[in-house]
Amino acid sequence: MLKKIEAIIREDKVTDVKDALAEIGIVGLNMFEVRGHGRQGGIQLVGRAGTYQVNMLPKIQINIVLSDRNLEDAIEAILKSAYTGEPGDGIIFVYPVEEVIRVRTRERGQGAMMYPGDIDTKKAGSKDDIKSVL
Amino acid sequence: MVNQINTGDTAWILVCCSLVLLMTPALALFYGGMVRRKNVLSTLTLSYIFMALIGVQWVLYGYSLAFGADISGLVGGLNYLGLTGVGALPNADYSKTIPHGLFAAFQMMFAVITPALITGAFVERVKFKSFLLFSLLWSTLVYDPLCHWVWGQGGWLKQMGVLDFAGGTVVHIAAGFSALAFALVIGPRKGFGKSPMEPSNIPLTVLGAGLLWVGWFGFNAGSALAANGVAVNALLTTNTSAATAGLVWMLLSWLDGRPSTLGIATGMVVGLAAVTPASGYITPLASMLVGAVAAPLSYYTMRFRDRRKLDESLDVWACHGIASSWGMLATGLFATVAVNSDGANGLFFGNPGQLGIQLIAVIVTIVFCFGATYVIAKLLNWSIGLRVTAVEEEVGLDISSHGERSYS
Repeated sequence: MLKKIEAIIREDKVTDVKDALAEIGIVGLNMFEVRGHGRQGGIQLVGRAGTYQVNMLPKIQINIVLSDRNLEDAIEAILKSAYTGEPGDGIIFVYPVEEVIRVRTRERGQGAMMYPGDIDTKKAGSKDDIKSVL
Repeated sequence: MVNQINTGDTAWILVCCSLVLLMTPALALFYGGMVRRKNVLSTLTLSYIFMALIGVQWVLYGYSLAFGADISGLVGGLNYLGLTGVGALPNADYSKTIPHGLFAAFQMMFAVITPALITGAFVERVKFKSFLLFSLLWSTLVYDPLCHWVWGQGGWLKQMGVLDFAGGTVVHIAAGFSALAFALVIGPRKGFGKSPMEPSNIPLTVLGAGLLWVGWFGFNAGSALAANGVAVNALLTTNTSAATAGLVWMLLSWLDGRPSTLGIATGMVVGLAAVTPASGYITPLASMLVGAVAAPLSYYTMRFRDRRKLDESLDVWACHGIASSWGMLATGLFATVAVNSDGANGLFFGNPGQLGIQLIAVIVTIVFCFGATYVIAKLLNWSIGLRVTAVEEEVGLDISSHGERSYS
């Protein structure tokens, strides 16, 4: 089973989260600059004369597709690295994924996402032995 | 008396002419940074177009209406149409030591930037075609006559003894109160007051404010029309008022939250607008007071406008109309012939009558500009419409009016 993680995090936590994911072998990801707010509302900005409220704040959305057996490891890595304890730390959504197709090789499914040094080969304890975990 | 060209004066006013020209692109940046990203090009164009539009209008007939042979103190005659006879020789009335053509060119830059100032009132929603027509009508029916009243030989306010060194009435009060009238007619932007309309690019605005300050040396010091002590005094008062107003605005902004960059830049421009009519008549120390009072006046006018939910979008009225009204009255308080022997003394130098004259000029300018603009805008709104459609406004004027976008 393939899953997709959408993690909305603080802008200034991007590097920490990326590093933490790389640490456990999740190297493929992409991100969007997004705007939004959760329960914490927004912030007050200063205009020409006086202040005004802005409730759509800039955040980063990280997208990762991975096997469900690695899901909890990835979530744990994000939870640890994106945490400050203040309101506005973000939120994580998880979805099922229908299919993955790698453009260059036309590989499909899990094979499309595997390469030497990824999370599965790390778990298997060998850099080369990809097939053993399938 | 034979009028002879002075090369020092001529060189200085040639430079000032270029400095004042620079203020229109500077204003475009100042305004462009404060609108939403979908309207940046449109807002830049609203200012830039005047270099073309008035660049032609002024040569054809604008200069003549403002500075041609006086007709009953109300308007200039048609004797300078096409700048006929306005050339290399000095003119006894306007330019005793520089070519008459240079005076006409210098004045052209004022005629260019004044209607550009008004555009802050109606950005992000004005129909371009209607805007062009309004601008031409306004320049012809409001600016040119008013310019004649205050600065033209035989103009009735000039006859009365009004002191307006560089355009407190002609430029800033005229633009400010015309902006207010236009904003009342065209109405607020879609969604105004419901969601914040955040400036798209404050660095652009800050850059514009800096260039405006530079250009303002040409505007005010150049209005001495000579490279002399009055010019130097005007440069000093201009700088001092801008500096003081910038500092005071920073403090006001700080009291309300944080010392905002946009606020500091705005305060500087307010100080410049306020000191404009007074710059050649008052001392640098008095100009500090002009800037210090102008800042809170404009600041709280902005707050007031905001509370009244009036979408005079970029606060032309508060920044230029209110600040320069104060500057005109301050001239009546602090003017001294010790600074400028061609001027007069104000209230604090034993001549209370000057304050009365200044007050009359302010009221006349406000009533005339507000009234005339209101009528012109109403007529246009009723005939060809002032606003783009709701969809065009939603999409943004960059794409809907100009078929372009600022950033791709």
